[in-house]
Amino acid sequence: MSTPSTNSREVTFGEAIREALVEEMRRDPNVIIMGEDVAEAGTPFKVLSGLVEEFGTERVIDTPISEAGFTGLAVGAAMTGMRPVVDIMFGDFLALTMDQVANQAAKVHYMSGGKLSVPLVIRTTMGASRRSAAQHSQSLHAWLSHIPGLKVVLPSTPYDAKGLLKTAVRDDNPVAFFEDKMMYKLRGQAPAGDYIIPFGVADIKREGTDITVVATSSMVHVALGAARLLEEIGISAEVIDPRTTVPLDTQTIIESARKTSRAIVVDEGYEGYGVTAEIASVIADGAFYYLDAPVKRMGAMHVPVPFSPPLEDSTIPTQVSVAEMAKTLCGKV
Amino acid sequence: MSNASIPLLDMYRTMLLILRFEERCNYIFMQGRIPSTLHLYIGQEAVATGVCTHLGHDDYALSTHRPHGHAIAKGVAPRAIMAELFAKKTGCCQAKGGSMHVGDISVGMFPAIAIVGANIPIAAGVGLAAKRLGTDRVAVAFFGDGAANEGAFHEGLNMASIWDLPVVYVCENNLYAASTPVSVAFRIEDIADRAAAYGMPGVVVDGNDVEAVYEAAGEAIARARRGEGPTLIECKTYRLCGHSRSDPRTYRSKEEEVLWEENDPISSLGERLKRMGLATDQSLAAIEQEVVDLIDEAVAFAEDSPAPEPIDTLNHVFYPHQAYETAEGEG
Repeated sequence: MSTPSTNSREVTFGEAIREALVEEMRRDPNVIIMGEDVAEAGTPFKVLSGLVEEFGTERVIDTPISEAGFTGLAVGAAMTGMRPVVDIMFGDFLALTMDQVANQAAKVHYMSGGKLSVPLVIRTTMGASRRSAAQHSQSLHAWLSHIPGLKVVLPSTPYDAKGLLKTAVRDDNPVAFFEDKMMYKLRGQAPAGDYIIPFGVADIKREGTDITVVATSSMVHVALGAARLLEEIGISAEVIDPRTTVPLDTQTIIESARKTSRAIVVDEGYEGYGVTAEIASVIADGAFYYLDAPVKRMGAMHVPVPFSPPLEDSTIPTQVSVAEMAKTLCGKV
Repeated sequence: MSNASIPLLDMYRTMLLILRFEERCNYIFMQGRIPSTLHLYIGQEAVATGVCTHLGHDDYALSTHRPHGHAIAKGVAPRAIMAELFAKKTGCCQAKGGSMHVGDISVGMFPAIAIVGANIPIAAGVGLAAKRLGTDRVAVAFFGDGAANEGAFHEGLNMASIWDLPVVYVCENNLYAASTPVSVAFRIEDIADRAAAYGMPGVVVDGNDVEAVYEAAGEAIARARRGEGPTLIECKTYRLCGHSRSDPRTYRSKEEEVLWEENDPISSLGERLKRMGLATDQSLAAIEQEVVDLIDEAVAFAEDSPAPEPIDTLNHVFYPHQAYETAEGEG
């Protein structure tokens, strides 16, 4: 578990993101923000409140409702000297941007023979349980993780959010940054000043010896909750947060699975053909001879996210369901 | 604008270079010496030439799946384009792009974008950066009539207009989106009419008349440089070849093709140059020879160039990590 050193104080996940952007915009005048309701409103989640006052409408740009269009603008601006941070209000709206993200931004560096790069950050949201139904609740990071040329970030704490977002802004490649909208009020320690967290370095959020739970974004907290339940019955769970799915820190994941000999992968994306499948495969390949049980996957149920609160809640893993799965794998049912 | 100030001979040479280049590509393709397919620019040479003659290497052009003409007019070396078609490491995209993606950013030509309409908002973003950085650079996006029915067209033109971005949108209406005639894809006669919906000037020009294209583009580019925003120019033209190499052109009549062949932009300019006393049969033949020599050299260069190494498959997926300014802050 990361323990921030200096100037640390408690902030929310949303405040950490805002701080990262403010600091990066002060550091580099070419960082601009584009999106719907980013300036005047500071986004519906208020994450960007106050930015337009400091940086003006030239750098915090309210766009028309044209996700494909302004993402395309950001790609063009990124290739020619800007470092745009695009705000896609709901991850579901990524569907509107996919040509620009998957066919353009992701491929420019490669197809130009390395002569052009696209230093673009796409900030967007994920996560169900806001009672918003199937078009405002999806976690679609697997889509972008599937495309060569994109980096994908899934912070789970205020500390990680700030350090990873600053890295994203400084990266010369397109980076998709997924924020679970149910975590904006989550509190945690983070330094006041500048620090960065490199991509591709998993964080061991909790050490353990009996079972490895690899979890992303809000599922890290579900996994930590499950670990507490398991501790009560004498099972020691290790919680690994990859923090980025691309690049993926396969080494830390494999080492943990080899150590504990059991693994569950928990992610809020759809379970089918998703991030859990990829990481489970990494574990199966890298720790096969060390495993005492099959690697299990726990993702969102393969249904459109329903509106009904009890139905919606049933579609995503919980600390109880993860703990139950862990007990099964450990033979303690 | 007086004729004296228009570089007609230079434009004749550029158009002829495009035409002969495309003819050679076709010939080499038929011999099976280059892979994939080709979308040739034959018949539309006046559009790329009339527009790009105004642009410096600091200005930007963004093209389509039919980019050879734009690339040549923008100043990409024919040998670098030819080597790309031959899938050689010396190609302008190091054999990662091929025919549909030729470009060279060192002369302001983006690797061409082969998703119809996608270059339209990207050009606006290039204009946004040019404006924010305080330059007078202009971005030109070329696209066909088909692209005007993409959502990206509407979103891109709208944002370019509301923010007064230095962009020129050049719609090459060659009457067919692959096989689909404009008459079944539009309820309007002129695509340029759509400019009014975004509050920008819309201009219709004869895309086979390089002088007309040159004049309209000059005005639009000057307007963009002055910070007054984008223009949509519709160039009415015709591709004198199939959409791609696999197109038998059964959707249009031989009579129609003959009519447009008689209106071919290069021969008509050649005749005009002679009438104006700016050229003779001999001087035009000299240009012809110069162009052919350049293409011969391009083909020889492409043939002699090395293929990419297998390891090149893995290069340039990501830009190398830059040196981060502070150390990792984890305790």
